[in-house]
Amino acid sequence: MNSLVPLPVLLPILGAGASLALLHHPRIQRWLSLAVLASVVVVAAVLLVQADRHGPQTVWIGAWPETLGIVLVADRLAALMLLVSAIVTLAVLAYSVGQGMTEDEEGAPISVYHPTFLVLVAGVANAFLAGDLFNLFVSFEMLLFASYVLLTLGGTAARVRAGTIYVLVNLLSSTLFLISLAVTYAATGTLTLAHLAQRLAELPDHVSLMIQLLLLTTFAIKAAVFPLSLWLPDSYPTAPAPVTAVFAGLLTKVGVYAILRVQTLLFPGSPLTDLLLWAALLTMLIGILGAVAQSDIKRMLSFTLVSHIGYLILGIALDSRTGTAGTTFYVVHHITIQTALFLVLGLVERRAGSTALMRIGGLARIAPVLAVLFFVPAMNLAGIPPFSGFIGKVGLFQAAQLDGSPLAWTLVAAGAATSLLTLYAVAKTWAVAFWRSPREAHEALEAIGDSVGEAAVEPVPGHDTRPVHQHRGHVHTAAGTVSRRDIEEARRLGDDNEPDRDFYALIQAGEDNRHSPLGMLLPAGALVAASVLLSVIAGPLYALGDRAAVDLHERTPYLSSVLTEEHP
Amino acid sequence: MTVNLTLVLVAAALLGCGVYLVLERSLSRVLVGIVMIGNGVSLSFMVAGGPAGRAPIVSKGGDTGGLTDPLPQAMVLTAIVITLATTAFVLAMAYRSWQLNGHDDVQDDIEDDTIRRLALRDVTSEAYSATTSDYPGDDSSGDPGQGPDDDPLVADAAETEGRSR
Repeated sequence: MNSLVPLPVLLPILGAGASLALLHHPRIQRWLSLAVLASVVVVAAVLLVQADRHGPQTVWIGAWPETLGIVLVADRLAALMLLVSAIVTLAVLAYSVGQGMTEDEEGAPISVYHPTFLVLVAGVANAFLAGDLFNLFVSFEMLLFASYVLLTLGGTAARVRAGTIYVLVNLLSSTLFLISLAVTYAATGTLTLAHLAQRLAELPDHVSLMIQLLLLTTFAIKAAVFPLSLWLPDSYPTAPAPVTAVFAGLLTKVGVYAILRVQTLLFPGSPLTDLLLWAALLTMLIGILGAVAQSDIKRMLSFTLVSHIGYLILGIALDSRTGTAGTTFYVVHHITIQTALFLVLGLVERRAGSTALMRIGGLARIAPVLAVLFFVPAMNLAGIPPFSGFIGKVGLFQAAQLDGSPLAWTLVAAGAATSLLTLYAVAKTWAVAFWRSPREAHEALEAIGDSVGEAAVEPVPGHDTRPVHQHRGHVHTAAGTVSRRDIEEARRLGDDNEPDRDFYALIQAGEDNRHSPLGMLLPAGALVAASVLLSVIAGPLYALGDRAAVDLHERTPYLSSVLTEEHP
Repeated sequence: MTVNLTLVLVAAALLGCGVYLVLERSLSRVLVGIVMIGNGVSLSFMVAGGPAGRAPIVSKGGDTGGLTDPLPQAMVLTAIVITLATTAFVLAMAYRSWQLNGHDDVQDDIEDDTIRRLALRDVTSEAYSATTSDYPGDDSSGDPGQGPDDDPLVADAAETEGRSR
């Protein structure tokens, strides 16, 4: 019994309620959410230390007897995930506060943002701590509903379009989850993971295999494993930068965590190694090929996100201590890195007005701080040696090599190829967006004959584009007469999400955002620093991952901790 | 374990009709489909709970035999609440989509569509053309390797040249 365990869920939920009540005091609201998340970081750190020293920490909520209650368990893996997610969400919230304070968009429902974000955090924490499948379902719903709101924030056409697909896919996966819960309950009479671990072994093989496949399919949709990953690159890039960052960092990893938990705790005798290895292979290769084809940095990163889920699945599929340890380390690395990259992209978009490769250029000279902030995690993502991405990949490849089957060796080759292609994708981004000058970017855009090119020429000095003559709501130019309402309408439509001018034109017009607010730079910089720090503390962290992996494969620490707590 | 065949059949029918509706394009039909699937799943929880029995209310020292399993019912209640919230949200989204576009169809991914069409016509990628034109100090905009000058979709010659580099 450890009363700290429910706090990572309770604090954000209570905070969400309080910040809803503070709807008209945005300043207090911001400080409140920051304070809540900071305290979650502290609680998670304490939990990690306790779980590492004294074994899994458990709480039966409400002290219900026997199998009826809900149990929360923080073992090494759960506590580690909790700590990383708490740090990342704190950074993202600080970033969005920085963004909100400088922009202060009128009419944007920012007051909804904080409560929703806190519910999302609570859902993620609950998913890591959940000791029974139904609680896991509820936490998925919590974080999904918060994500629906965050993704469609503002209700612009692009977001509603992307949100529709996201919501429908996730609704179907939730339905599938419910069906698998019904099947599981009908077969075993319980949904508590610890009880299931004992009872599933007694079931006939085909029944438990069906339950396993149902659960794996459900979680594979959440985690964006290849055949079920196509929704992700479509929906993530349209959201506001901090939202995309937290989605990319955490939501898919919750699915990976669920797969890892279910595979090790419930189905230790049936690893389905070949099936998962194939899924990992296809996820890696098809994801990265998609990334290479993209011409927008956000979409490119969304595809690398899918692709690198393949590495995580590889570690899980091997069903060995080294594999699980590799996955644990890689999850930590990938959460940090992916969130950091999307946060930096938010700054790039703010500075250059776009993240489309065609429209921007010269950022290395114009915004050197941004360039460094992008370069470091990008190289880390590709797995260049001193960084944690390299260490994680080496760990996973070692695990695959220990497995020794031809398919595992194929995965090593595919993993290396994926790593190189990632390097290619980020290097291309670097060369185009950061190295060439904005003028070259502009000329290239014109040469390709993009319609944007023509629109972009207008604001260049010397071309006065102000209407020649205005009369009674109409604008008279040499070319003809246009109703002013039409112009206004066209401007409004064009202005909506995608600015009509590329970076060069913005610079020429002097309308580029020269100032990157410190409130956004600092959190992004802190996350990048944290990602570099990961390679410094890689030794202890990997050892912790290894201990977590030993726990997961032995199963006894988890089971004995949950089942003795049951009858105090 | 005895199974109530009626419940199974009704759940199956609801799920089947729901899946059919979910495959439609219009969001409001998809929504009806999702509600039907949700109800079908709720019924399947009733099946999972085993045979019906007395109401699960236990007085102190009372008889607990022959009670219905209350746990699946509690789960179904949660699931119903979630379905309600889902319905409200999807309905609002369908309405917003109708406000913005005049219809509530689920739309294709625009960017993806563009890339696919360009690939079908075998056009060099924008970023590729951009990198090949990227010669520092070269101010002649008529570089032949720069890609097609006019419409990228028809200029085949410039394109093959670009690819052979």
